[in-house]
Amino acid sequence: MSDIYISRGKFPEIIGQLMARYRVYAPVLKGEYHEFAKIEKTEEADLGYQNTRLSPKGLFHPHAERMFEYSLVKDDPQAGILKEAPKDFSPRVVLGIRPCDAKAFQLDDVNFDTTAYQDPWWVRRRQTTTLIGLACNEPCGTCFCTSLGTGPFDTAGLDVLLVDTGEGYTAQVLTQKGKDVVGITSGWESVSRTVSEKMEGLRKSAEDSLGRQFDFDPIKQKDMLELFNASFWDEVQFACINCGTCTFLCPTCWCFDIQDEVWGDKGDRIRLWDSCMFPLFTFHGSGHNPRSQKLQRVRQRFMHKLKYYPDKYHNGAACVGCGRCVKFCPVNIDIREVVRRMSATCVCPA
Amino acid sequence: MREYTERIREAAKRLLSEQRVDTVIGFRRGTVPFMNEPFLVKSVDQVDQLYWDSNCGINLANYLPKRTDRVAVVAKGCDSRNIVVHLLENQIKRDQLYILGAPCRGMVDKRRMMADLKGKEPLHAEENGKEIKVSGRGFQVTFDRQTYLQSNCAICTHRNPVVYDELLGDPVEEQQGVDRYPDVRRIEAMSVDERWRYFQELIAPCIRCYACRNACPLCYCPTCFVDESRPQWVGKTIDPTDTLTFHFLRAYHVAGRCTDCGSCERACPVGIEVRKFTKKLEKEVKELYGYEAGVTPDQRPPLDTFKPGDPEPFIK
Ligand code: SF4
Ligand code: SF4
Ligand code: SF4
Ligand code: SF4
Repeated sequence: MSDIYISRGKFPEIIGQLMARYRVYAPVLKGEYHEFAKIEKTEEADLGYQNTRLSPKGLFHPHAERMFEYSLVKDDPQAGILKEAPKDFSPRVVLGIRPCDAKAFQLDDVNFDTTAYQDPWWVRRRQTTTLIGLACNEPCGTCFCTSLGTGPFDTAGLDVLLVDTGEGYTAQVLTQKGKDVVGITSGWESVSRTVSEKMEGLRKSAEDSLGRQFDFDPIKQKDMLELFNASFWDEVQFACINCGTCTFLCPTCWCFDIQDEVWGDKGDRIRLWDSCMFPLFTFHGSGHNPRSQKLQRVRQRFMHKLKYYPDKYHNGAACVGCGRCVKFCPVNIDIREVVRRMSATCVCPA
Repeated sequence: MREYTERIREAAKRLLSEQRVDTVIGFRRGTVPFMNEPFLVKSVDQVDQLYWDSNCGINLANYLPKRTDRVAVVAKGCDSRNIVVHLLENQIKRDQLYILGAPCRGMVDKRRMMADLKGKEPLHAEENGKEIKVSGRGFQVTFDRQTYLQSNCAICTHRNPVVYDELLGDPVEEQQGVDRYPDVRRIEAMSVDERWRYFQELIAPCIRCYACRNACPLCYCPTCFVDESRPQWVGKTIDPTDTLTFHFLRAYHVAGRCTDCGSCERACPVGIEVRKFTKKLEKEVKELYGYEAGVTPDQRPPLDTFKPGDPEPFIK
């Protein structure tokens, strides 16, 4: 299917047509920042946004998800039996997602959807969701997607890619799901040569503005233990306060904890975001904690993203360069600096 | 505030080479606008990375507990008060410390500048005396430093360090006639229902990342009550009951200890004004005991002492 075009004025009609058939999630301005939320009116979707503060991972892997519920009533024959908590898997469109965030879901799939194990909720949400992306014409100063194999116009994780060309949007349909979704909408035109040239120009200037901020490849070649034992971790970790900001905001941090909460004679089994930055994360029942020190936890976050993951999955880094952790770390720990240190050819003793 | 940079470097160089200290804690210049990174200097060749400007709002006293070395630390008025609290609570020994006192004119509030940029992204920021020049794609603006002070700095009455071994500059004039509690009084005047709603809305965006807690020098417990798992005291979801429990208890734990340094609020990634909780308790302690945390190194804090004459109107 070749690219199609719609003028800005007619675009809300497209959103309306989507809303008639799907649950539509889009960037919505809440307070000072945008976040992905279900829209009830077309005008709530704000595609003029730069990036959401929280990544959209919560749409597939919620912060706190009720997995099961159970009864604890003494003579209830069903007592203690876990029953799946009701969830909505009706078809859904995520409109305006950034290429990097969509790519992140693919990186996360290797954890939630393997040949041995499928996380039922992740998998069903992925199946029933269509991702209509929006290219980044003006990447943020903290973005570095192009240095890690994705980019502001990357189509890899998307079903449809929209490009805002000023007077309207072009749409590139990429998958069958994308075709189905675009198929229920009407009002599109073919792309004129001027628009298509403009789109190319936007792509080029976006990619050029990002440049290549570091060379990731040397990390792949390096010995794991050499990196693990490197002396620079001591300096990297000093400022860190071990909060959950970087991991909670990150689209590729998938770690969770499972807890039971009981209220009277009813209980819920809940899955919660967890963070390798928290000491409790690795606290054993025996009382031993293999990562009791801050240095060990900070190192884990970077080694997981930049060394263990690439070595295990041969899938690139578990980071898409969205820059959220750079922007919001309260003490300015910048993963780009850490990559530069990890990839530097000489890991000199401090 | 930038002029302290040279003074800090000079002092660090001297203290390290004379072996007065083993390490120096300061800031180095951040990689993004309005941010600097707390930094531990271990040798003279790292000294030139030290830096100072109005984006040093993170409280460096947070990096002191459990240190075993002799350490120099750059301390603003509030940081020095938190050092006093640490000394009173035996978290560090005075003779281990060399305090480089920084008389302070206030730190700037990144969030308010960002809000006034209305979505434009700052790519460079440079401080020059009273002004902060900010530029990005196709724009340049100048912010007046004084107008954009962090809200705790705007009402600060202890800008000069209360303990120090040397000062990095002349003492600054303390702000006079400051009303510290208009916001607290506004909340006090609310009906119970209104106030409950107010707190619920205040914490609604909280993601339980604990940056506020972890940025605070007072939160050094080996296991925080929210992390206690045997038994578990507080639920870990983002249910408002759990989240409010965390915030209320955190505030009570810092009552009579909080110096209103603003580190917690600055650290919060979602911009929650967590000082709304702590300031109420600060006001109570002041009204009941006439006590300000961290100002008097030789006086035990009111909440860890008992005097027969202590007021107790809150016991009903
Ligand atoms: S790197 Fe920054 S955001 Fe992440 S845990 Fe440390 S202080 Fe928090
Ligand atoms: S590590 Fe940081 S830059 Fe990379 S994907 Fe996560 S939040 Fe984005
Ligand atoms: S509670 Fe906040 S303002 Fe008070 S001392 Fe801790 S970080 Fe500073
Ligand atoms: S820093 Fe902000 S979001 Fe994080 S726990 Fe504290 S109030 Fe909540």
